[in-house]
Amino acid sequence: MTVDSSPVKFTPALPGQPAPDIRTISRDRPVFRAELPGGRIVWLVTGYENVRQMMIDQRFSRALAVAPGQAQPGVEMFAGGSINGMDPPGHTRLRKLVASAFTARRVEALRPRVTSIVNQLIDAMLGRPQPADLVAGFSLPLPAQVICEMLGVPAGDLTQFHAWSDTIVGDWQRDSDEIMTALAEMYGYFGGLIEIKRARPADDLMSALIAARDDTDRLSEQELTVMCCTLLIGGHETTANQINLSLLLLFDHPGEVAKLRADPGLIPGAIEELLRCSRLGGLPPARVTTEDVRIGGVVIPAGEQVMPLIGTANRDPSVFSDPDRFDVTRDAANHLTFGAGVHHCLGAQLARVELQEAFLGLIGRLPGLRLAVPAGELEFKPGMAIHSLRELPVLWGEP
Amino acid sequence: MTRWKITVDKNVCICSAMCVALAPGRFVLDEQQRSGPVEAEIDPDEEVRDAAASCPSEAISLVDADTGQLVDLD
Repeated sequence: MTVDSSPVKFTPALPGQPAPDIRTISRDRPVFRAELPGGRIVWLVTGYENVRQMMIDQRFSRALAVAPGQAQPGVEMFAGGSINGMDPPGHTRLRKLVASAFTARRVEALRPRVTSIVNQLIDAMLGRPQPADLVAGFSLPLPAQVICEMLGVPAGDLTQFHAWSDTIVGDWQRDSDEIMTALAEMYGYFGGLIEIKRARPADDLMSALIAARDDTDRLSEQELTVMCCTLLIGGHETTANQINLSLLLLFDHPGEVAKLRADPGLIPGAIEELLRCSRLGGLPPARVTTEDVRIGGVVIPAGEQVMPLIGTANRDPSVFSDPDRFDVTRDAANHLTFGAGVHHCLGAQLARVELQEAFLGLIGRLPGLRLAVPAGELEFKPGMAIHSLRELPVLWGEP
Repeated sequence: MTRWKITVDKNVCICSAMCVALAPGRFVLDEQQRSGPVEAEIDPDEEVRDAAASCPSEAISLVDADTGQLVDLD
């Protein structure tokens, strides 16, 4: 096989913009070298089986990808030292401390509380004039409130978190000093909160992690702080924008919304289809090869940066028939939006419950929900980690 | 003495390898990185209970070999 030395120029698209014609690019070369905006050279992996193989193969290392000197600005700087940027066995040691709090059974027990938060937020929206900003009024406070309660973080500090989290995740074009300042402030905040919880433990995940630190020395003080930040950031930016992007998809498919209104029992399946079809992620987290690895018919040499294009897995026609068709009745549960392997999203089940309850509430209680501005006027934050809407102005009721 | 039957649904397994980490020697990954039990029937083992409870995709089930009842995972 000849080595293809000329990388393909590749610019990830925002939702609503045409995606690069990845099907044409990847038809003959499912794994290829690409030049990203800014000149960074990476290997891109496409197609369901290749993406899945890459995610479960530990020769693709996250730790190497976020190592000093390698890490890209923004959320990747934060990932170093968090479970998101570690390999086994260090990753395993930390992840198992929190895994039991996020299992389907434990999360199912939180469902009534999630429902109640959904209803409170919708009550508040109904009591205010239209149009309303759904980001501020619903999609952000819902998952933020849930993860704060799980962790034991005062929900009154939410505004402060959003500011930090926005700086860290929302905009990679900020200069790195600003990001490092936000990180330092967030670490400082959690350092203080950990001392408070240490003195007065409560029935929450932070207190449990502090006990794991103090009683059995299973994580360092720094790891404890980073874990709390990881759970807080990971626990709300993602779900909030998945709600936003799901709504945008549904606005374009009124026939599908009508099916969900007629039979709310379809909602859990629809959530999987929404997860499959909406492009939440911009550039996916990179991995670095620990040795030469054969994948998709090519050999990627050791030490190269590699990214899985999850959208191509979720629209692989060999797995999802007529993949560009949005169909709430389709069985889409094997999408790879939550990843696979050791970094499979810790909060996947929590996100599912939040999304299910959110859409039961929005579709059931706000009939006629629609955009108050043309879709082209919606602004995404210029970050690349998560497609994050600044505002989502909506109306509801009779037009 | 009661015995536990371990089954792993390979269609549900997402290869997180948590079970291998939490109950070493009780679970093994195949070439597709999907988990399965080393022995299908074992004496009760808290590490195995912990692994089943912590599986992110709930792919592991534990059944009491005598009664056929699911083992309580809490």
